[in-house]
Formats: sequence, C-alpha cells, structure tokens
Amino acid sequence: MATAPRFWRENPSRYNMVGFKCNSCGRYNFPPRTICPVCRRKSVGRIEPVKLKGTGKIFSLTETHEGMDTQNVQKPYVVAMVELDEGAMVTGQVIDCDASELRIGTKVRIALRKLSEEGTAGVIHYGYKFTLVRDGPDGPGDE
Amino acid sequence: MIEGEVSPVGEVGIVSYGAYVPHFRITPDEIGKVWGVDGKAMGKGLMITSKSVPSPDEDTVTIAVEAARNMMSRSAVDPKEIGALYVGSESHPYAVKPTGTIVAEAIEAAPNLTVADFEFACKAGTAAIQTCMGLVGSGMVRYAVAVGADTSQGAPGDALEYSASAGGAAFLIGKEKVIASIDTTYSYTTDTPDFWRREGQLYPRHGGRFTGEPAYFKHVLNGGKGLLEKTETKPTDFAYAVFHQPNGKFPTRVAKQLGFKEEQVRAGMLVSQIGNTYSGAVPLGLAAILDEANPGDRIFAVAYGSGAGSDAFDITVTDEMSRYPKDRAPTLRQLMANPKYLDYATYAKFKGKIVRGRD
Repeated sequence: MATAPRFWRENPSRYNMVGFKCNSCGRYNFPPRTICPVCRRKSVGRIEPVKLKGTGKIFSLTETHEGMDTQNVQKPYVVAMVELDEGAMVTGQVIDCDASELRIGTKVRIALRKLSEEGTAGVIHYGYKFTLVRDGPDGPGDE
Repeated sequence: MIEGEVSPVGEVGIVSYGAYVPHFRITPDEIGKVWGVDGKAMGKGLMITSKSVPSPDEDTVTIAVEAARNMMSRSAVDPKEIGALYVGSESHPYAVKPTGTIVAEAIEAAPNLTVADFEFACKAGTAAIQTCMGLVGSGMVRYAVAVGADTSQGAPGDALEYSASAGGAAFLIGKEKVIASIDTTYSYTTDTPDFWRREGQLYPRHGGRFTGEPAYFKHVLNGGKGLLEKTETKPTDFAYAVFHQPNGKFPTRVAKQLGFKEEQVRAGMLVSQIGNTYSGAVPLGLAAILDEANPGDRIFAVAYGSGAGSDAFDITVTDEMSRYPKDRAPTLRQLMANPKYLDYATYAKFKGKIVRGRD
C-alpha cells in the first residue's frame, strides 16, 4: 500500500507529461524538479511547471531481453531515450512495435499504459510509454 | 445557428469524437486449432476474420484514455469546461474505484466535474451518451463526455473466445459547434438473462442460442422500430445505420429485417476485422461513420446490451462537420491498419490465461 501515495503524487507527470521550464536558461526538463540541473542556484524561483506535448523522436534505443519482472510478458521489449519536441530527454518503453521498425530519429508520441500493478489485489499504476507515430496525421514516423 | 449562440434546451449533439483499437489481432482459425474446432468455419459463420487483442499493458482505462485524448485533440473545448464524464464498460479494471477518475485526470478535466462508471453489458457506452444528453440538454453542464470501452473476456474454448475483443470510442456532448446532432433517442429494456457474469467470476456465461431471438433480435428490432415510429421516418431516410455487432451475422440480419440495405450498414460494420468490442461496438461503428459522413447525412444507431436492452439514436451530421479538424486524430481506418497477428500461445499470455507461479 505504501507505494500508492508515492505514485499518486506523480500522476500529473506520469499521465500528462508535466515537466518544467527553467526561466533562467529557457531549457525544458522532465520530470519536475525544484531546480534546473544546468543553472542550479540561479534557477531558484524561476522554475515553471509546463505540460510537454508528449511528441518527440528517438535519440537512442535498446532491445531488452533480461529486464524488469513487470515487463516479462512483453519480452523482448524496447526502451528508448526520447528527445521531446521541447528538448527534454525522457526514457520510456516503446510499445506495439518490433525493434526492427525503430531507428534513431523515428517519431514517437506518448500513450497511457499500465506500468505495473501491485499484485492482483493492489493498486494499478498507469503512466506514459511511447508509441510509433504511424496512425496519426503525421504519417510514418521515420525521418 | 449563429457562431457562439447556445441552442435551445433539448438540442444537443456530438461536438467531438475519438476512437482507439489495440494493435494486435488473432484469427478464428488460430483459436480453433487449439480447441479442435474448425476455426475457419467458425469465423465464416460469425463473419469474423480477426479480432483485436489488447497488449498486456492495456485495459479499459488505457483504451478509454486513448479514445478520449483523440477526441480532445480534435476539439478546441477547454477540458475544464467538461462538467460530467461517464465510462461505460463491463471490464472496468477495478471492482471498486472508477475508471472515469483516471480518464478525467488524463484529459485534464478534473477536478470540477462529476464522474461515474456505467455498466450494462455491451450498451453501457450508449447509456452514457443518453445521460450526457440529459445533463447538457437541461443546462446542468456545458459539456459532457461519454466513453464506451472494453477488453472483453471469453472463457478459453468457449464460443465467445472467437469474438470477444477490445476497443473503445469517446464522444464530447454539447450544444455548441455540434458536428452531429442527436435528435431523438429511444430505449427498449426488459429483464432477460441471456448473458451475465457474477461478481468475482473471471468469465461471463451465456444462454447459447437464447442470446439470439429473445435477446439480441427482440431488443434491437423493438428499439429500431420504436425509433422509426417516434421519428416518423423510414430506413431510406438514413444514409448510414449501425447496430450492435457481437458477430457479423446478427447485425446483417437485423438490418435486413428493419429494411436497411448493405450499403447503409457497411461503414459502421467493424466486427469482421476487430471482433466484438462490447461497450465499444456501436460507439466505434458510429465513429467510423463520422469519419466519412457529410453534412446532412442521417445516421441510425441501435446499441444492444445483454440483460437486456437497446438504445436507439437518430443522428444528423451538421454543416459544422465541414470545419471539424478530423485529421488531428487517427480515423478508424488508420487505427485498424498494420495490425500484428498473434499465435494462440502469445494471445493466451497477453490475456493472462497462463497461470504463472509468481502471480
């Protein structure tokens, strides 16, 4: 039960990609923090929560064959570093595709999925994963 | 209607819509191989060539959220203007804790709204649409959201396993910038035990052949006839028709019995490719029709839920449709393109039908 409130506190960022903009250097970052990792002390009081669009492109990726228990039924699964359109870097699972369909630069967007569940009786944790932009107005994701 | 003008109480309709269908499929042939059944013949009888399968990390919540987000991306409505949100499903992930709260949070409509989950077998989504019509029509709320979504269950080896699938659609109901007005709705409800699932049971039970004549056909026919009488219309007045589609056979037959032609039904008939999406079925069929309908087109829709009841709707596409940014979210055709087919073993793993020691 202890993790329910911990996850709940992070719902805005897990569901809706709420990150922040540092009004000292202008950089966007994710997840939310109280100071900018670049400007540090200079950013105090200049951090603005911002909802990021949730679209970006793959910066780097790996196919995982030995991973977390929660992801075992999806093995092998792809984890990627995604550079969001705003510039923030986010790591997440890429779903509904084979690794062979992905390249560095492939366009992705967030989708809400189950991240984990605390057994069959516990709370279910939802949050973002990434999916290929292939069904939307932007067409095929490869650039 | 003048831009920005609020129509009189009673005139409500669809302001935006969005759909979602999972990426994976399985064929009846593949299921039949495991159970010693001629799956090809089964598929032919049911008029189903494949059914959608949710990924292990998908459930009714994630499907409802994806559909609702697609709906919101086609609309300029501020989510904070949404005063009510209802999710209809028979596969809510929690027995106690609403699906709708998660959907409301994920489209940033929370916290100033009322939310509840609906359940009426396969017609919970259309029951949600009717409730939203009442709230918006009475002026209690400015906008309301109705979602029909399911990850339906069929016991391994049961006839339902060949059709029970997953998907959902969401509708933003309001009075302003309505792309399709919902002019009349009519429901027909009786106590009929054709299909049920008791609390705590993993899989539903059904009455076999009893699910046909006294259940689906009686309620859909009476719902359809009731709507035609109430609106003083005939089938030829409608450009499109969509009926609940537990398989391809039932809606094809009921359409013919009511006097609708194949070309009126074609656009909203998705069951042959994605199976029976339960609470998502008529909402998805309606979404597929809205994907291609033009201003002035009239749509006849009848949803069916076991237990049993039908909800019928007379919908007219308005001129606003020509200004509606449909391409900001995927159409049904795009959502159903490029699926990945699974073998039965992978399907069983995805659906949690394999008991693992650590669970």
